[in-house]
Amino acid sequence: MPTQVLGPLGHGLLTTVLMTALAFAGALLLGVLLAVCRISPVPPLRLAGAAYVTAFRNIPLLVLLVLFVFGLPEIGLLYSLFATVTLTMALYWAAFVCEVVRSGVRTVPRGQIEAARALGLTFTQCLRHVVVPQALRSMVQPLGNVFIGLALGTSLAAAVGVPELTGQAQLVTLKYDNPLTSFALTTAVYVAITLTSGLITGRIERKVAIKR
Amino acid sequence: MNDDSQLFDPPGPRGRRRIRNATAVSVLVLAALLALALRQFAAHGQLAPAQWQMFTQWPIIRFLLDGVEQTLLVTGVAAGLALPLGALIALVRLSRNRPARALARAYVELFRSVPLLLLLYVFLFGLPRAGLTFPVFWQLVIPIVLGNAAVLSEIFRAGVLALDRGQSEAAYSLGMTYWQAMTWVVVPQAVRRLVPTLVSQLVRLLKDSTLGYVVSYLELLHKAQVLGEYYHSVLPTYLVAAACFVLINTALSGLAGWLERRTGQPAQGS
Repeated sequence: MPTQVLGPLGHGLLTTVLMTALAFAGALLLGVLLAVCRISPVPPLRLAGAAYVTAFRNIPLLVLLVLFVFGLPEIGLLYSLFATVTLTMALYWAAFVCEVVRSGVRTVPRGQIEAARALGLTFTQCLRHVVVPQALRSMVQPLGNVFIGLALGTSLAAAVGVPELTGQAQLVTLKYDNPLTSFALTTAVYVAITLTSGLITGRIERKVAIKR
Repeated sequence: MNDDSQLFDPPGPRGRRRIRNATAVSVLVLAALLALALRQFAAHGQLAPAQWQMFTQWPIIRFLLDGVEQTLLVTGVAAGLALPLGALIALVRLSRNRPARALARAYVELFRSVPLLLLLYVFLFGLPRAGLTFPVFWQLVIPIVLGNAAVLSEIFRAGVLALDRGQSEAAYSLGMTYWQAMTWVVVPQAVRRLVPTLVSQLVRLLKDSTLGYVVSYLELLHKAQVLGEYYHSVLPTYLVAAACFVLINTALSGLAGWLERRTGQPAQGS
């Protein structure tokens, strides 16, 4: 196996991992915030949350990437390519996280909330002791799917010029005329990422599952 | 929308006042954000009529509509190939032949975990080295089909597994063979249940068609790029393209929702 391939691919992998971690953290944060907006009793916040989710779930990620990478400089917002792309990923996947959180809250049976209220729990107590612990558990699997989608989605950054794993695989192919090694290695890495994430979320889910 | 409000009691006078105040504040904040964005646009001349006037001219609308047509064509052809392929893989994975099952499983695991762009690069840069070159259209469609067939087969499989076991047992007791039971009893029922989910998956497949941007296939996104660079109005053009995608995909999601209400089966994801 030609060793000169490993250096660039390693750098690419590092970029992919960093981008995945940062974007997922951002998506979680923003997604939860959006979900809170969507289930709040304040109409404009609900509306804004719904509009955000509709827009970002229905625009293909590549369109968003191109829009932000080439469009933002036009209105005088020039950031580094890596920052722009990571932010775009976070904005895109936040919409999906929001829906996961929202449906997670919905899985808590209505009767339990009514019972909690009948016991005289306040809104915060009801959330803390009844809703959130149960909702969190049912969100493990779907959040794992969002994570896998995001990890694979970072490859699209290559299309706008970020030298992450997929981009490096392509560069290495062109440079060293060695498509088989680079593509096989890259594929193996992505498969490893997907399978381990799937295994980990599966294990967590079994551990915290609620038998109803 | 109101099934989210199960968390709250119907608000009393104090609660109503608080909600009114929160409403006022959030309207102000949202308006301020919008104003800030508009100011940023205006300061850099992006709101100038010249930037947007082009979208009222028929040749340009025609050019973009052509892109929409190509996007739909790619989506249609890819879906037409991926659906039967996915169903076939699902059936093989459910069959009683152990090696065939393992093979189908390997296919699904592999193609679900390879990013579509990487697959596209294999067809774009890898296979030509091996002397295998496809026309641009197929360079785009084949990877989409391969990737989506894996996802679709998982949807089909879940649908078949979710069907009541009694259905297939009854079919066997009537003397049907495995494949007869599948063809006449299990698959028709499973597919009917799956229709909303399958339509939602179409939204993902349509999003994948934007990869035409990478292989220079003139679908909507690539057309937007060409147009934006030619008229020096990158931002407006991409925004219009994004709006087109929202329209098409919302229509598809609406269709999924309608089917869901008609068949009473929940769709998953999009």
